[in-house]
Amino acid sequence: MNSNWKKLLSEYGTILVLLLLGAGFSFVTMEEQWPSDDDAAQTLVANLANTHGKGSNALVLVRQGGNGESFAHVLTTELKAAGLNVLDTAVTQPIGARKALVAIAESDTHLTVIAADRHMANFCKEQLPKLTSKYPSLGKAKVYTPSSYKWPNFLKKANLLNIMKQISVVAIIAIGMTMIIITAGIDLSVGSLIAFSGVVTALAIQSVGGDSPTTTHLLIGIATGILACGLIGMFTGGMVTMFGIPAFIVTLGVMFVARGMSFILAESSPIPVQNSGFGWLGRGEGFLGLPNSVLLMLFLFALAHLLMTRTTIGRYIYAVGGNPEAARLSGVPVKWVLVFVYTLCGLLAGLGGVMEASLHITGDPKAGNMLELQVIAAVVVGGTSLAGGQGRIFGTLIGALIIGVIRNGMNLTGVEAHMQSVVYGIVILIAVLVDQLKSKVR
Amino acid sequence: MRGIHKRFPGVHALKDVELELHSGECLALLGENGAGKSTLIKMLGGAHLPDEGVIELNGSPVRINGPQDALAAGLAVIYQEFNLVPGLSARENIFLGREPSRICILPAKREREMARELFDRLGSDIDPATLCLNLTVAEQQIVEIAKALATDARILIMDEPSASLSPREVEGLFKVIEGLKASGIGIIYISHRLDEIFTVADRVTFLRDGAHVATRPIGELTREAMIELMVGRSIDEEYPKEVAEIGDVRLACKGMNRGAKVKNVDLSVRSGEILGLTGLVGSGRTETARILFGADKPESGKITLDGKELSLRNPREAIASGICLLTEDRKAQGLVLGQTILENFGLPNLKSFSRYNWIDRARERSAMVEHGKKLQIKMTGPDQVAATLSGGNQQKVVLAKWLERNAEVLIFDEPTRGIDVGAKYEIYQLMNRLASKGTAILMISSELPEVLGMSDRIVVMHEGEVKGEIIDVPNATQQDIMKIAVG
Repeated sequence: MNSNWKKLLSEYGTILVLLLLGAGFSFVTMEEQWPSDDDAAQTLVANLANTHGKGSNALVLVRQGGNGESFAHVLTTELKAAGLNVLDTAVTQPIGARKALVAIAESDTHLTVIAADRHMANFCKEQLPKLTSKYPSLGKAKVYTPSSYKWPNFLKKANLLNIMKQISVVAIIAIGMTMIIITAGIDLSVGSLIAFSGVVTALAIQSVGGDSPTTTHLLIGIATGILACGLIGMFTGGMVTMFGIPAFIVTLGVMFVARGMSFILAESSPIPVQNSGFGWLGRGEGFLGLPNSVLLMLFLFALAHLLMTRTTIGRYIYAVGGNPEAARLSGVPVKWVLVFVYTLCGLLAGLGGVMEASLHITGDPKAGNMLELQVIAAVVVGGTSLAGGQGRIFGTLIGALIIGVIRNGMNLTGVEAHMQSVVYGIVILIAVLVDQLKSKVR
Repeated sequence: MRGIHKRFPGVHALKDVELELHSGECLALLGENGAGKSTLIKMLGGAHLPDEGVIELNGSPVRINGPQDALAAGLAVIYQEFNLVPGLSARENIFLGREPSRICILPAKREREMARELFDRLGSDIDPATLCLNLTVAEQQIVEIAKALATDARILIMDEPSASLSPREVEGLFKVIEGLKASGIGIIYISHRLDEIFTVADRVTFLRDGAHVATRPIGELTREAMIELMVGRSIDEEYPKEVAEIGDVRLACKGMNRGAKVKNVDLSVRSGEILGLTGLVGSGRTETARILFGADKPESGKITLDGKELSLRNPREAIASGICLLTEDRKAQGLVLGQTILENFGLPNLKSFSRYNWIDRARERSAMVEHGKKLQIKMTGPDQVAATLSGGNQQKVVLAKWLERNAEVLIFDEPTRGIDVGAKYEIYQLMNRLASKGTAILMISSELPEVLGMSDRIVVMHEGEVKGEIIDVPNATQQDIMKIAVG
């Protein structure tokens, strides 16, 4: 029983940490929520239609800004559908609201319903009694607003999606990094490759498509950027296997070269892409309202998981990391496996660079600065051992989520940037400590 | 030691074990792998505490709570894997952690003298300034013993000290042990080589399944009695040799050279034949095997399989042509210890278990389970981690992965090193089975009784060269081999 618990904890310990973090941040960001989405508008109208029959006069009052327009629009349509007579829809400031009320009062129509958002409901609560003393016809008007409830800011759908979107680049590159670290290697160049890929992509788009690139031109540019990084990864793998230079050194060199080349190619300034379609990957939304970058991330993780657990190459990667000599003597093409993982990591870094560029619709030579460390942190926090031979792809996803959640939670609670850095450092140290303790238990 | 019990999660490793050692005697500790020998000596070295029972020294109970306590009590354990820092000199290793001078005024000179004294006492001429990585295995062992003596150890525990020594070096070791006994030091000696026990031990304590079976003076024991006490049943013959039908030459090499370890080697092994390749440690046997397996490249020479020339660039190509190697060092080269039995088993066989690189896991598993049954691998299941298996079972896992490949030429490098008698016997039987199916077997071994007992033909190497061949194996003796082996 005892050993079962230990096993459970060591296999799923990171999930537990993630859940605890989520629960903690949910607790501290618990706040009164005032919904103003379509659902809230529909419920509100359904409720008030019970007491107010068809033909009642209604006014829609919503504060300008945010999603006020769409909230007001849905309210109006729903009220009309319920058979109410919408006199006016005011998306405005308090002064405008007063004017709208006065206009209705002076036209001598009988206002019975005011459908308002939280801000306008507050306004009515203060101002309506005063106006009623001047215009008694407003006295019968009743204010309806969606009811509030308690819900943590952290757990809002938009926030959760935001976390996933923020980690997507790091997490995707961390797939390749996990494989490299399982072979007991490391790749420090991925941060620079993000910039290199973005710059090369933007330049390629510019050179084939000129000032008005088409989608085909975009795709050519993206392929160029990703493949360029793949070639650099292959070069790294070659240096590591053919000359036996430690991966740390090779990738340190590549890191400087790629960063420098990005600045030279870009002539030190960001290169814009003249087609907003380029933002599809970084900004667009797809299936189920999930951002495209998140969908891509989830898809790649599922693919990588299958690769690592169900295919020969996956087995080879673990074997090479566990004992390269035994692997070689068992007929594993060790050198090819190493070149493969470095190439794949290069390709994924290239993809990450394209996503980053897509987010800003610009190839920026400054992009991805120090991001390699976040990538490595995600892998290590996810339970992959730097000694090689052990690690899980989904562990890395959880590692990336933990880091994303910590960053997001600290932003929500207003922890300042330098303190955040301290916390990251501590989290990484704890992760490595847990890794050590785990190997001792074994 | 009296009434010692030790329980690990799920295992009762030691049950009421007794052990008594007099000063100036050599007590051999015998038992199959997993009998509890290691646990027992780890207790004396301070790595484990007994759950029950007492350890007494000169009549008074001692508590050995860590390696420091063991040293203070005058107990020194020399493990199979030496605890030497390769980059430090012999002298520095001897005094590591307990430099005699606190103030560091010329400690080196004093240490050097002390080291030389110790080496003199052990009848060795090692230069204390030599780096450990430049010492032979036997010399490293002397350094380990010197290290123990430097702490004024009164009890020396040696775990398989002869495992990686050549016969001549083993004799040197015995002389050292005699000397230590004469100076009143008690020695606990663990070995699987029964012949050695007769030479070196005064009494023998037998362990089986964690329990104390018997303690007998060596004079009362025969070889057969020893085996029976160890395994709990009698094994009719230690070497169940069956002669198979010997066919054509399968693997051969001619004029093969590589560095100083392989010089102009000619070898050939026929189908159905077990060719014993022996010689002193360092005579180039393993190096020869590595070339035949494609792990190292020859500088010159020709390798042929069924008469056709092979140019092997890597082990992968050798495996593809049906040549498989069971390495000498299972842990470093044979297995990925951190992975499961199944993953190790699958490694060279993934191609046959997969389509478009997609592994058919059910098929792989059932093949493994089948081999597990055939080879009687003691495991909790295919998902057990390889590191947790005993030596004999690890060797069987390595065998299983090559058997699945239907190896046609099998090279066994020290197939039974560190393996208990029962598992040894099973491996010999398996060799017979393979030979009868026409597999060509090249068996490298330092254990002369094994070479004589199992081979159809014996080739002896000395300093990288083939020095002689023995065809009439049944009438050959260990002396015949040694005469050739020493050059």
